[in-house]
Amino acid sequence: MSDFQKRHNISLYVENKPGVTIRIALVFARRGYNIESFVGSPAQDSRYSRINIEATGDSQTLHLMLEQLNRLVDVIHAREYSDEDVIQKELALIKVRCDNNSRTEILQISDAFKCRNVDISDTTMTFQVTGKSSKIDAVSKMLDKYGVLEVVRTGKLLIARGEEETSW
Amino acid sequence: MNKKQCTAATKLIEILKKQGVECIFGLPGGSAIPLYDALALSDMKLVLTRHEQGATHMADGYARSSGKPGVVLVTSGPGATNTLTGVMTAMMDSVPIVVLCGQQLTSNLGLDTFQEADVSGMSYPIVKHSFLVKDPNELPSVINQAFHIANTGRPGPVIVDLPKDVTSALIDEDTTGEFTLPGYVVRKEGNLDSIKEAAAMISKAEKPILMVGHGAVISGAGQEIKAIVEKMQIPVTNTLLGKGCFPESHELNLGMPGMHGTAYANMALCECDLLVSIGARWDDRIAGSPSDFLPQAKKIHIDIDPVEINKTVQVDCSIIGDAKSVLNSLYGYLEKGNTQRWIKLIRRLKREYPLKYKKEGKLRAQHVIEEMSRLTKGEAIVTTDVGQHQMWAAQFFKTEHTRHFLSSGGAGTMGFGFPAAIGAQLANPGRIVVAVVGDGGFQMTLPELSTAVNEKLPIKILLINNRYLGMVRQWQHMFYDNRLSGVDLEGNPDFVKLAGAYGCKGFRVKRSADVRKVLGAALAYNDGPCIIDAEVEKYDNVFPMVPSGAGLDKMLLSMPRNKLEKPKGGT
Repeated sequence: MSDFQKRHNISLYVENKPGVTIRIALVFARRGYNIESFVGSPAQDSRYSRINIEATGDSQTLHLMLEQLNRLVDVIHAREYSDEDVIQKELALIKVRCDNNSRTEILQISDAFKCRNVDISDTTMTFQVTGKSSKIDAVSKMLDKYGVLEVVRTGKLLIARGEEETSW
Repeated sequence: MNKKQCTAATKLIEILKKQGVECIFGLPGGSAIPLYDALALSDMKLVLTRHEQGATHMADGYARSSGKPGVVLVTSGPGATNTLTGVMTAMMDSVPIVVLCGQQLTSNLGLDTFQEADVSGMSYPIVKHSFLVKDPNELPSVINQAFHIANTGRPGPVIVDLPKDVTSALIDEDTTGEFTLPGYVVRKEGNLDSIKEAAAMISKAEKPILMVGHGAVISGAGQEIKAIVEKMQIPVTNTLLGKGCFPESHELNLGMPGMHGTAYANMALCECDLLVSIGARWDDRIAGSPSDFLPQAKKIHIDIDPVEINKTVQVDCSIIGDAKSVLNSLYGYLEKGNTQRWIKLIRRLKREYPLKYKKEGKLRAQHVIEEMSRLTKGEAIVTTDVGQHQMWAAQFFKTEHTRHFLSSGGAGTMGFGFPAAIGAQLANPGRIVVAVVGDGGFQMTLPELSTAVNEKLPIKILLINNRYLGMVRQWQHMFYDNRLSGVDLEGNPDFVKLAGAYGCKGFRVKRSADVRKVLGAALAYNDGPCIIDAEVEKYDNVFPMVPSGAGLDKMLLSMPRNKLEKPKGGT
């Protein structure tokens, strides 16, 4: 993989205010970074939000971008977690086409990946799957030949192991 | 019993006074009427401008020359968008201005109502921060935050969008203006290990140079720089915005480096073994080719903004902190080295490669500017526009004091110089203020002549009139086979008559022999602004010149005979 396509995981702790997302997105856009996934929700202290961003771009720009993110008045903290051992989870809903012949096979595959069946109809089944992003990639790849109608993913969630916090 | 109440607008003016604001630059409109009403009920001075861009440049000139934030008050929609050029100009050069914009009713936001524009949204890439106030009770706190953010750390512009219902609302008179900003940290003192490392590098260097930028001016580090220069015997080069922080008449001053810098500054930079940037950001006017910028020299970077470290030029040692505080601490660790041979070389370069121009024949811009510099003896506050005259002013207006040379460096905003001079004169009533402008840029903001006349400001507008957009003409001449395109300013007004129409004084100078006499007369005129229309040689080019994107060793001292390649750099 060439360096400019490298994926970076960035964790932010920000003020829970209107406009914060745009200011953050502008920093990425200005240096040509593409945001692959973006997860944001209020933190325990609801005056603040946590944001996890996965973005592709060259590593050299990353340092500059992190400083530019940290310079934003509403950003309390921006950090990269790409190469560190952090807990990473994602949730996806996968809707796959099925008929009487394929249903059992599909259920076997979903079972192997510990997917939860959340909806079933005559022609479709919908699964909820959680885990590392690579696991979700693998499930959708396995189900692909039956006809995947829709995949909705949350994007990466990050949390540090042990006592360390991903904020402050 | 009910508490005493007042409108949020009244409270706002009260807070501005507490912040030390002496005057406001602006132009009203529908959404700003409650704010202007509160102004009418107060004794705050309003400087009514003719255009909102002018107001922002005035606030900018006020701030650059005084160190205090400049305040702008405009209306919503076009009033606010007209300020954006001035806001961007202030952002690029780290100038503290607070722009208060009227706004439609909160219930009308996003509905395309009359004169409604998402001003805070538009402002994000060009402000240090911006606010949209939706709760009148929060207004006092937001205004205090705006001033705190604008004028601390690396200063910059802050926009506050103020909906009409918010400014009209009644709030308790004692509504608190307290705030916390957990995401905003200002690092003042540098890391001690880095300071010691830098001190060792400077003490060891045989051919060091200090490069003084706007950061040094903003932090007021002039004394500290002088102390280091004199103890260590290190020559100093100052960027366009660093002019005056260290006196340009000092024998160790090299003037400005870079694209149109002095030959001796650029030659010395190509020879040095250590370059110490004090609040300068390796702008592309200096480091045209950042990846191979002065490879022979080690580099130290002192800057308050961590974003600037290794942004373009990679440095060997960095200190994040306020220049004054860092230099103060650095001084104690410096051990005097031996720079005698280096100083000898510097003296020789200054002697052999002086700035020059032809004084005989047609009137030269350089001559007019140099004479004005001589007559004002380094005591004038000089503002410039953008273009050839700006570079000639940088070269020939010797600046002795900090905050005495105001120019749009990063943004290169034409139309900046004259309104900035108005702001500077209001902040410095007793001083001579000279606006060196070109005939192109001046016409972009010249309606502010009314403002200057109304305020009876004795600004000397030194109009370098070559009837061209000269800098672009120079590039077309040098790099585009002299195919002139869109640069001829045919149809310029008669500027002396124009001065008369606005009720201000006009002078004209056409011949070299008259320069001293005319400038003397203009300096003696103090009843209001005057325009000195200097009709100069049309085809002069600014030299030295380092083509954009090239290394400093590619400097041209005059127009070469052979055809030049198009420059690699952007502009």
